[in-house]
Amino acid sequence: MSTVEQEAEPEAAADEAEGAPEREALEEEVRRKRRELAELERELEEWDEEYDDVPKRDANFTSVSGREVQPLHTPLDLEEADFDYREDLGFPGEYPFTRGPYRSMYRTKLWTMRQFSGFATAEETNERYKYLLDQGQTGLSVAFDFPTLMGYDSDSGRAEGEVGKVGVAISSLADMETLFDGIPLDEVSVSMTINGPAMMLYCFLLAAAEKQGVPHEEVRGTIQNDVLKEFMAQHAWIFPPEPALKIVADTFEWSSRNAPKFHPISISGYHIREAGATAAQELAYTLKNGFTYVEKGLERGLDVDDFAPRLSFFWDVHNDFFEEIAKFRAARRIWARHMREEYGAEDPRSLRLRTHAQTAGVTLTAQQPHNNIVRVAYQAMAAVLGGTQSLHTNAMDETLALPTEETARIALRTQQILAHETGVPNSIDPLAGSYYVESLTDELEQEAEEIFEEIDQIGGVVEGIRSGYFQQQIADSSRRHQQEVESGERTIVGVNDFQVEEDTSIDILKIGEDAGRTQERRLAELRERRDDARVREALDRLREAAEEDENLMPPTLEAVRAYATLGELRQTLEDVYGRFQEPVGF
Amino acid sequence: MTDRKYRVLVAKPGLDGHDRGAKVVAAALRDAGFEVIYTGLHQTPEQIVSTAVQEDVDVVALSILSGAHMTLFPKVLDLLEEEGLDDVLVTGGGIIPEDDIEKLEQRGVGKLFGPGTDTSEAVDYIRTWCEEHRGDGAGRE
Repeated sequence: MSTVEQEAEPEAAADEAEGAPEREALEEEVRRKRRELAELERELEEWDEEYDDVPKRDANFTSVSGREVQPLHTPLDLEEADFDYREDLGFPGEYPFTRGPYRSMYRTKLWTMRQFSGFATAEETNERYKYLLDQGQTGLSVAFDFPTLMGYDSDSGRAEGEVGKVGVAISSLADMETLFDGIPLDEVSVSMTINGPAMMLYCFLLAAAEKQGVPHEEVRGTIQNDVLKEFMAQHAWIFPPEPALKIVADTFEWSSRNAPKFHPISISGYHIREAGATAAQELAYTLKNGFTYVEKGLERGLDVDDFAPRLSFFWDVHNDFFEEIAKFRAARRIWARHMREEYGAEDPRSLRLRTHAQTAGVTLTAQQPHNNIVRVAYQAMAAVLGGTQSLHTNAMDETLALPTEETARIALRTQQILAHETGVPNSIDPLAGSYYVESLTDELEQEAEEIFEEIDQIGGVVEGIRSGYFQQQIADSSRRHQQEVESGERTIVGVNDFQVEEDTSIDILKIGEDAGRTQERRLAELRERRDDARVREALDRLREAAEEDENLMPPTLEAVRAYATLGELRQTLEDVYGRFQEPVGF
Repeated sequence: MTDRKYRVLVAKPGLDGHDRGAKVVAAALRDAGFEVIYTGLHQTPEQIVSTAVQEDVDVVALSILSGAHMTLFPKVLDLLEEEGLDDVLVTGGGIIPEDDIEKLEQRGVGKLFGPGTDTSEAVDYIRTWCEEHRGDGAGRE
């Protein structure tokens, strides 16, 4: 409509005489369209009246995020939102990328089926990776244990009882070499969920690639490296926000010059959502974190188009099917608009948001765990309709333990069925133009913009983290959801309705204490074997670089090559930067 | 002591960063009239027991989703005992397999709650325990 109106503006006609018949035709067209819409509006009112008289189910007609959902959407919704195809959607692979980051989407390449996996020691996980690759998985995604996520060695006192439990234990380059033994790092892309100590693990990976004879510029993969959302939601932090952001900028700078195929960050909404945020909060906090990283890169003196093309994202895929699809689409549009208009990016690769997605772990139930297969399948379909570039589907037993080989295979097969049997990937962004989906996309964009303003008002992301603003907002949303479930207002099948008496428990994978003992022994051997003087020298150099505010990638890489351990690297930098103190509240 | 509310320490031991459940339970206990102290994340068993002593709590509720429960629960129990606080209820929740729950209960841990539990169930359990073990006037609303 807006385009039609613009064209009908009287001053638009430069040559009055010559343009007159054409303009008349246009004006007639506008009048006709207005009449049609007015007619539609009258009809809708009538429909509404009759609809009101029909009895309704006693059910909750709001989205998972608490959004009121109208019973019907029509062209009038698009009209109200000033919907303009070219401006709001465009074509796939073109600004504002609402319909997808790539021109041909899944007709050229299906999304990468990237199952997050890791447990016990590097040897055991290496075997699982080879199994998964053998089963047709197309990329790897490393799950680390808590000591590794927090930057502690497996033999640290703080690691007691935690080694290898929720992921694989990696304490040095030696472990990383074992993890990728027989897996060529120039062919298989590796994504690593690591944040506080992301730079250290990145250097472990680069050094392991060196050992395979793979140069840095050929290494493909991603480190999560999104420290801002750690403070907000995921909580595997080490340093306070300022030095943590400095290290992130170091990885951007170093990667843009040395590892062009590597993504030095995956800006993640997943954990924010899992901690309890609504869809709009996930969208807004994550994108705002993304803009904050862009600002850090610019402050470093980098050209936006030198590093923005390597930024990538990671969304949660929750239960509310259409809201989730709209979230993916809105995210691409918001990112493109802000990157171009606010940060002056020109390279289309800086404007197009590419994303990984994972089905929502928080929606899995311990009750009747087989039902989780169905939840995951719907969520996976939403992610693909939303245009994701890679996807992890949760295994049905992940609310109880790490997946067994069998449940991990079913999770992968869920994606393969979606890819090869349903026909869903055949048409690009097939829900575009849906009155409902476009209205939702628009609403989510508007809500995100409102939240951006709120964050600016409280002084930006870092200030919001320090004051506990994000943490409180997320906790409040989480509590609202819990209350809805407990009051029965929101149905969770098998939990607060449709329960069964019989035992539906399943066999689960249990990780014993062996991994801890193996790691302790291995670390002792490593400390025995390596050249301690070289390690000490390299760590001193790292400390000096931190004190002098140099880029920490080169000295870290050097220390890693000397087999300095994760805990040693952490301690060296913690001595300079200190440790984050959480604002505690609930 | 007669108008003192029951005091519950909600704690996150170990390196586990999942605090959604702990915060929800802490809020539910507060809403139910308990005095709630929440430790925040990444606490060592020593830190938790030291807080329990300082805050003179009736109940220690641990939230563990990291699989480290067989290490952390016994450690907290032992340290409490060393401090002479063996009359404090140690309960909790998280991702804890059935057979581990049995072992921990034999070891002296109270009821443990899994995913999908109503907060009211945990609140009622803690209230009943307090009424039975902390007797008369202490802490009702």
